[in-house]
Amino acid sequence: MVSWTPDPSFYPSPRMAMKAAPETLAYVAAFDPDRKAPDAIAVVDVDPKSETYSKIVGTTAMPNAGDELHHFGWNACSSCLCPNAPHPHMERRYLVVPGLRSSRIHVLDTKPDPKKPKIVKVIEPAEVADKAGYTRPHTVHCGPEGIYVAALGNREGKGPGGVFLMDAETFDVRGRWEIDRGPQHFAYDAWWHLGYDTLVTSEWGTPDTFENGLIPEVLLGANYGRRLHFWDLHNRKHLQTIDFGDKYQLVFELRPAHDPTKAYGFVNCVVSLENLSSSIWTWYKDGDRWAVKKVIEIPAEPANEDQLPPLLKGFKAVPPLVTDIDLSMDDKFLYVACWGTGDLQQYDVSDPFNPKLAGKVRIGGIVSKATHPGARKGALSGGPQMVEISRDGKRVYFTNSLYGAIDPQFYPDGIEGWMVKLDADPNGGIAFDPKFFVQWPASHRPHQVRLEGGDCSSDSYCYP
Amino acid sequence: MNDVWQWLTFAGLGAFHGLNPAMGWLFAVALGLHRQSRAIVAASLLPIAIGHAASVASVASLLVIAGYLVPSDVVRVGSALLLLGWAGYHWRFGHRHRVRFGMQVGLWGLAAWSFLMATVHGAGLMLWPALMHTCLAGEAGQAGPVAATLAGVGIHTLAMAATAAIIAVLIYEWVALGLLRRAWLNLDLLWTFALVATGTMLLLA
Repeated sequence: MVSWTPDPSFYPSPRMAMKAAPETLAYVAAFDPDRKAPDAIAVVDVDPKSETYSKIVGTTAMPNAGDELHHFGWNACSSCLCPNAPHPHMERRYLVVPGLRSSRIHVLDTKPDPKKPKIVKVIEPAEVADKAGYTRPHTVHCGPEGIYVAALGNREGKGPGGVFLMDAETFDVRGRWEIDRGPQHFAYDAWWHLGYDTLVTSEWGTPDTFENGLIPEVLLGANYGRRLHFWDLHNRKHLQTIDFGDKYQLVFELRPAHDPTKAYGFVNCVVSLENLSSSIWTWYKDGDRWAVKKVIEIPAEPANEDQLPPLLKGFKAVPPLVTDIDLSMDDKFLYVACWGTGDLQQYDVSDPFNPKLAGKVRIGGIVSKATHPGARKGALSGGPQMVEISRDGKRVYFTNSLYGAIDPQFYPDGIEGWMVKLDADPNGGIAFDPKFFVQWPASHRPHQVRLEGGDCSSDSYCYP
Repeated sequence: MNDVWQWLTFAGLGAFHGLNPAMGWLFAVALGLHRQSRAIVAASLLPIAIGHAASVASVASLLVIAGYLVPSDVVRVGSALLLLGWAGYHWRFGHRHRVRFGMQVGLWGLAAWSFLMATVHGAGLMLWPALMHTCLAGEAGQAGPVAATLAGVGIHTLAMAATAAIIAVLIYEWVALGLLRRAWLNLDLLWTFALVATGTMLLLA
């Protein structure tokens, strides 16, 4: 397809992207934890004026069962307007949807009918492994050299994991991204500062240590990931490692400031072995090097042993388990999902070293099982997990499942999927939209949410 | 070819290249915005022009050398085919180049970036029909092919740099970048057409 003007969903700067019209559709990855029915991309109506508001209006099933759809992303986004490698006439049209467990990658076309995305290409796991040397594809980002995919395992399902590139038009797997990986071994998330030619990666662990659930010995031995890695984005070389120390485990979601002139970002550490707290860290440029500072610590909440799953009984506390965070387009509010306690917290991070709690809701939670005004039943299972913010910062969506094999370790009675929406006050403060509670079909659980036209974790920008 | 028309062609193609955001003015503006300095916008344009000139000059010098070694008809047909091939390459693979320079680029890096961008876009090739008359030893005037080629490349680069400078300053000072969303025409496509047109012209000449 040839177009004469840039894709209207591309914005030069985050400031301009904030003025985008509100999204009307959300795409949500949903998987069957029993791996019997095929996973699917569900389309949720998020247009409040629509009759089918808060309903699933389309479902695209994958061709196989057991993929474990997890994270996904667009083939092209606002980084196509960057001056050093401009491709402004690409289309934001295809969703690149990996199976985290199967390592199969699906390409879905959202164009002819946005409510019925059509699978146009399936890349089998062997092809990914042959061409890139990686498996367990996780994060997908559109960027200067095409589609970047962070993968957790190597060909054998062990380490090192890393990043590979895909062609943004043909979707060919182009190969491993790193030229020099230095000491990096574990992989998880990857994103960048386009203004500083720097790519950042974080760490979970190798597939053999999480595909059957978290292994307590590995966790308590501090043998999961706990480092950040900084890379030269264009030379593809490892520059620096920052080790959070052996108290900290699972360094996950990378949320660099959207404004490309700002050299800082936020990352969540899921658990401290010292007191089960979760923490948020700010990474920032300090002279020629990168540095980190812990800026938020969310404590575990004391709980009765009989309310806790076997894994936690001995600790007599619910860990917050912050497993996702998301940063609003104006870099002002950081949303923090506490999957263990059930909190979804909003921090004012205008001063990135001094966050202030600005709002909070609670839903689900291992102990609290808090309800929602739109829910049919009282106690809700699961807790706030994947969060996505609209480009204008006024709406926040989230779902409640973490990962098939880990869900039952913390929610042994099972998780019934749901998706909810918050209304956010531009001056701080969040509240549930009582009309938006999506009770997920029982066969599947929802994970990542992507919003039509882009959202706060899909695009990156070259202009302030 | 009439001399005046020939110089106008060099200058016109220079303006066409300068107009293309992918040839550098946009990079200059972005660097200025990043470092909050209009001096950076101006300073960036020089290496961008140098890189562009170097690319066009090296492609032109190939033509001069070819002109000394092989009959001019062979040069003409050969370069026509090269242009058409380049158009095809640009059409098919133009989106998948390795990116080597980003927003932290220095002035040397910017010159190298500009050289690479002009080269892969076939900027020099596009000048060949006009250069053909100047470069080929048999057809050059009294000044000889080398001097004539240098003059052509010089005029082309001046026009390119002037166009880029005017746009960069206008955008940086007065027009918000939001304009890009609507006004960034698909110059890559026009460019491919231009390569095809020049190739065909040469072939039929």
